[in-house]
Amino acid sequence: MEKRVTFKGWILPLCLLLPQVVVTAAFFFYPAGQAIWQSMFIPDPFGLKTQFVGLGNFEYLFGDRYYRAAFGTTAVFSGLVTLVSMTVALYLALLADRLIKGSGVYRTLLIWPYAVAPAVAGVLWLFMFNTRVGVVSWYLGVLGYDWNHVLNQTEAMGLVVAASSWGRISYNFLFFLAGLQAIPRSVIEAAAIDGAHFWTRFRTIVFPLLSPTTFFLLVVNVVYAFFETFGVIHTITSGGPQQATTILVYKVFADGFVGQDLGSSAAQSVVLLALVGILTVIQFRFIERRVHY
Amino acid sequence: MKLKALTLALASSIAMTSPANAATEIQWWHAFTGRLGDLLAEQVTKFNASQSDYVVVGTHKGNYSETLNAGIAAFRAGEQPNILMVFEVGTATMMAAKGAVKPVFEVMADAGATFDPNAYMGAVKGYYTDTAGQMLSLPYNSSTPVLYVNRDAFTAAGLDPNMDLSTWQNVGKALDGLKAGGSTCPLTTAWQSWVHLENLSAWHNVPFASKENGFAGLDTELTFNGPVQVNHIQAMGDWARDGKFIYNGRRNEGGANFRAGECGLFTESSAGYAGVKKEAKFAFDIRPLPYWEGVAGAPQNTIIGGSSLWVMAGKTPEEYKGVAAFLNFLSSPVIQAKWHQDTGYLPITMAAAELTKSEGFYAANPGTDIAGIQMTAKAPTGNSKGLRLGSFDQIRGIIDEELEAVWSGDKTAQAALDSAVERGNVLLRRFEQANR
Repeated sequence: MEKRVTFKGWILPLCLLLPQVVVTAAFFFYPAGQAIWQSMFIPDPFGLKTQFVGLGNFEYLFGDRYYRAAFGTTAVFSGLVTLVSMTVALYLALLADRLIKGSGVYRTLLIWPYAVAPAVAGVLWLFMFNTRVGVVSWYLGVLGYDWNHVLNQTEAMGLVVAASSWGRISYNFLFFLAGLQAIPRSVIEAAAIDGAHFWTRFRTIVFPLLSPTTFFLLVVNVVYAFFETFGVIHTITSGGPQQATTILVYKVFADGFVGQDLGSSAAQSVVLLALVGILTVIQFRFIERRVHY
Repeated sequence: MKLKALTLALASSIAMTSPANAATEIQWWHAFTGRLGDLLAEQVTKFNASQSDYVVVGTHKGNYSETLNAGIAAFRAGEQPNILMVFEVGTATMMAAKGAVKPVFEVMADAGATFDPNAYMGAVKGYYTDTAGQMLSLPYNSSTPVLYVNRDAFTAAGLDPNMDLSTWQNVGKALDGLKAGGSTCPLTTAWQSWVHLENLSAWHNVPFASKENGFAGLDTELTFNGPVQVNHIQAMGDWARDGKFIYNGRRNEGGANFRAGECGLFTESSAGYAGVKKEAKFAFDIRPLPYWEGVAGAPQNTIIGGSSLWVMAGKTPEEYKGVAAFLNFLSSPVIQAKWHQDTGYLPITMAAAELTKSEGFYAANPGTDIAGIQMTAKAPTGNSKGLRLGSFDQIRGIIDEELEAVWSGDKTAQAALDSAVERGNVLLRRFEQANR
């Protein structure tokens, strides 16, 4: 049975809701409304004059094959970042969960990268893989592999995915470890007595019981890959080579702040807004059903 | 006793500050850090010390793009500085912003300052004047691409370091020799679009865009997919395939490799001179940018890169007087000659070039006069005055992408340049629409 709290009258519930409504209105509805309004105009950069174009900005956007390609790039990029950062984190959490001695040190060290800002992480990875002076690219050269993410699209994508996932692994690790430790030992021990091996136990008991954590991380990581990886891409590839790493958010920046095309930039924000809304609905409607709380 | 000393100190500090309070403050937003930032601050200090009516305050606002964005955002908020440093590719954006800027010729006329536009080098001034020949912004730092030669690399490969490198045909032979001699980096470049397309077009007197490269109207279209440009980019692409041209990045990443002695030849801005001179542990010299022999009219003249100072609208007449005084100070021969000698940027006035020559700087530093000669040997044509294209920062990004496709062997030069022209034209139409 669901629990319901009933109020007499309207005043108290309204007052209780008010702070949340005010915050949402000021920091979400107002800017989102502004973006939608602006997306129907082509202003000049200085705001001296502006023309109403209706849906013209959207027409212009979807007529651009590089914009359409950015959807694919974003899907590949976000998918890879989410997959890599979550699987590596889960693997590390499983190992850390089995540790008896020294687990504190191990955990602390694994959490460190989370403290590094994305732009700084980008610069660190860029130095390691710099085509001429990078340590890693130098060793790859010794092994006979000519690393050049400046020209090679696959390598560029790999590098931004690695740099974006790296700091995120720590964050995911924390949640997975907490999730693992919340699973009652007795259930796992019972399975072990019944003869279930580690892998069977993981597949049939641990992973299903971990699903609320996994689901939460999935939502959070997709949003991260969509919006917060800007710094990494900006420092490492600037969206290149040949737009191979231009994700939707990066294009909003490039058109708005490099190209000073505020109309197109606003229209892209509106598209992003709709896209993330749809994604979240999908996640909650279809994936959450398979989550066991 | 102590109290008296304190009162005296206080009184004197009030006396010191009060004239400064009376002085009009002039805000200048710029994009320079490091050594250039120090030299800029030195100019400001000198100006402030030279008079007591105005105080110039220089503020660093990030790189060129960030400074322009800061200026635009500030204007929208009504908080714009008096003077904004804008890189040359932002020129069309600023020119189109009538009402946001006050043209320099107007600032000078209103202030009653003596101002002779003809004192400035034609090829520098041309970039920043309107079709009526009036100066809209004041050129600040201007440079042009030249060829840097690592003489030791030539000797090591068994080549004569004095060989003629004035044409790309001869450079091709040198690259063969360097490669055969075991060089891992015969040629590298900085700013590929600026050197190998924008300047290439001006140097060979072929249009980069229609309507005099955009000077004559917003309805300009890119035309850099002509035979001269395609042949050059194809040659560079072939050199890249054979390991004779090494691509290191869109900006001046290649400079680190050249200064470390890895590369034989390097095409880079004349302003790269200070860095090369400081770091290079090998004998080097500077040559004019090569041209293709057989192209009619080549070599014409090269065009500039760098920035100019725009005066923002909406300030008091008193402030504009201060701006006029400061801009005149910056253009004075002594300040300009020092700037030119310290940085490798061009002297923007004829007088500064003369002064540098009479001081014996060119004789002591061979090659530093090449940039100036390259720009002024011939009177600029409609193809070599400069570029005035909207959204050009982004168009350069497109050109970079397409050139990278050539260097990696994904596209032929013709296909890449056709695509760059097509994509760039879309942005030009968009800019035309926004500024109609």
